[in-house]
Amino acid sequence: MSRIREVIVAVWDRKSGRALLILLLALYVCAIAAPFIAPYETSTQELGKAFHPPTSLTFSEGRLAVRIYQQTNKDLNLFEPIEGKIAPIHFFSRGYEYKILGILPWDRHLFTVDEAHRIYLLGSDSTGRDVFSRLLYGSQISLSIGLIGISITLFFGFIVGAVAGFYGGKTDFVIMRLVEILMAIPGLYLLLALRSALAPYFSSTKMYLVIVIILALIGWAGTSRMIRGMALSIRNRPFVQASEAMGQSTTVILFRHILPNLSSYLLVAATLSIPGYILGEAALSFLGLGITEPDASWGLMLSQAQEARILMLNFWWMLTPGVAIFITVMAFNLLGDILRDIVDPKFGINKS
Amino acid sequence: MSNKPLLNVKDLHISFGQVNSISHAVQGISFKIEKGETVAVVGESGSGKSVTAMALTRLLPESAHCKITGCIQLEEQDTLALEADALREIRGGKIAYIFQEPSTSLNPVYTIGFQIKEALDLHRPEVTDQQAEAERLLDAVGIKDPRQTLNDYPHQLSGGMQQRAMIAMALACQPKLLVADEPTTALDVTIQAQIIELLKKLKSEQEMSIMLITHNFGIVTGFADRVIVMFRGNIVESGPTDEVLKNPQHPYTQALIDCIPKLGKKQDRLTTIDYEKITG
Repeated sequence: MSRIREVIVAVWDRKSGRALLILLLALYVCAIAAPFIAPYETSTQELGKAFHPPTSLTFSEGRLAVRIYQQTNKDLNLFEPIEGKIAPIHFFSRGYEYKILGILPWDRHLFTVDEAHRIYLLGSDSTGRDVFSRLLYGSQISLSIGLIGISITLFFGFIVGAVAGFYGGKTDFVIMRLVEILMAIPGLYLLLALRSALAPYFSSTKMYLVIVIILALIGWAGTSRMIRGMALSIRNRPFVQASEAMGQSTTVILFRHILPNLSSYLLVAATLSIPGYILGEAALSFLGLGITEPDASWGLMLSQAQEARILMLNFWWMLTPGVAIFITVMAFNLLGDILRDIVDPKFGINKS
Repeated sequence: MSNKPLLNVKDLHISFGQVNSISHAVQGISFKIEKGETVAVVGESGSGKSVTAMALTRLLPESAHCKITGCIQLEEQDTLALEADALREIRGGKIAYIFQEPSTSLNPVYTIGFQIKEALDLHRPEVTDQQAEAERLLDAVGIKDPRQTLNDYPHQLSGGMQQRAMIAMALACQPKLLVADEPTTALDVTIQAQIIELLKKLKSEQEMSIMLITHNFGIVTGFADRVIVMFRGNIVESGPTDEVLKNPQHPYTQALIDCIPKLGKKQDRLTTIDYEKITG
């Protein structure tokens, strides 16, 4: 695995690579620490404060505080800050209870305000839920779905692709034709068909897992083709033949001699396909087939932003999940490009 | 002959390709290798020597539509009739290979020590102290600092050292027959001599047979007991090394020997093989 370490060090040595790594790391840290950072739970409602704009922050007596708003137009959900009224922000104060990493119970939060008031860093949605908190909780789903999905994809893709590439001949022919059939089915329709076929058997809490599996089932075909091509070329490298000549079994050759030599390419492929999973989940949730209320995911949050009045009345904060998706997908794609430049210098434009 | 030969190949045919484009790589060859004997198989590229060596343990890829017929008797077993599991026991365990290009024959992602221990795991599970055994093997192939080398990756070694490590891996399995497929082609002349010396020394220590595949008559002299000359998939001549070199019978063998540049003999052009003269 020293090759992977080498590649990561090479990414870190580039300015853009380091920036992207830090950005992605920050996103994942925020996702893991969501309950600590988020001031409210995903389902905490405040019906009187629907479409509350982001609260502005002020300094008062050396402490950070939020301004307090009042509704000026009930029909249009318009709010105005009340002059001179503020609520101080408490750091590391007690709030609702949660579990760190799902194990240790804790109730401290990064920041809260007194219970009589609300802090909406990115405004609130149609039932007064904090968009910032939901964005954080949503990132848990949107970000992890890419990692889990790509793990399943790589697992199947590697086994199928490596077996086809290693054995070649008829095995290869049959497997690759099957893969092509799978690839010929339009992805989105297959996604919808599988989703509706599987829906009756799973409760909404398990739907997260189902979505991952559906996305992976569609995604592995392309990956396996790519791995097959690489396995085909590594298979003919003398050290694989030497290992065969030494009497090593096929399974061990596949996992011990072919897989490690593919690792850096797999890293590139994984990084470049993660955005597909994030977008896939967003698309499913947007169509109402993915994560369901009251849980949060970026796609689901975006689907709420379809309402006409959000555009008419300029409730721009409802579109922040879109920005989050955009940033994450861009970061993965750019990181994938950098990785590919490092692993395969033939594609590289800038050598530095 | 009183005791049976180690390897007895009878009427071996090897062909590649399908119906309309079959190429016959080996066309009915028979030869024997005795216990403790060194046999050199000499011939130009494409004469079928490497393919014969690979066929001994059925290492030829199935995807190449390769057909092997005949009989390969290794001690009491016919390797052409063996199941995959039994075949794996023979690969490495009884017949071990050394290939031409040491730099690519070692897996770049593992240390030398790991790869030698892998060989030990496969064919000598009874060895308890693998570290000590690996060190002993590296010492036996003449590597100066075995302990350090065990932790090195292939790219940290020179070509000669890599080939020594490959030989150590092959020896780790304690094979009866060591097939050296052009073991010195990728190395420079001084290293070639060292490797050949090493193989000679190991052969006498380990009581194994060596099948040396080469196109270079130079390294055959003083190393091989017997020479087999192959040409276009057939054995055209075989016999004790000295005899074949002194008194070649087949025009191809004569031509091959004439191709060796001689010390002290002035030549404007190097000799090449005139195929029309051989095939008539």
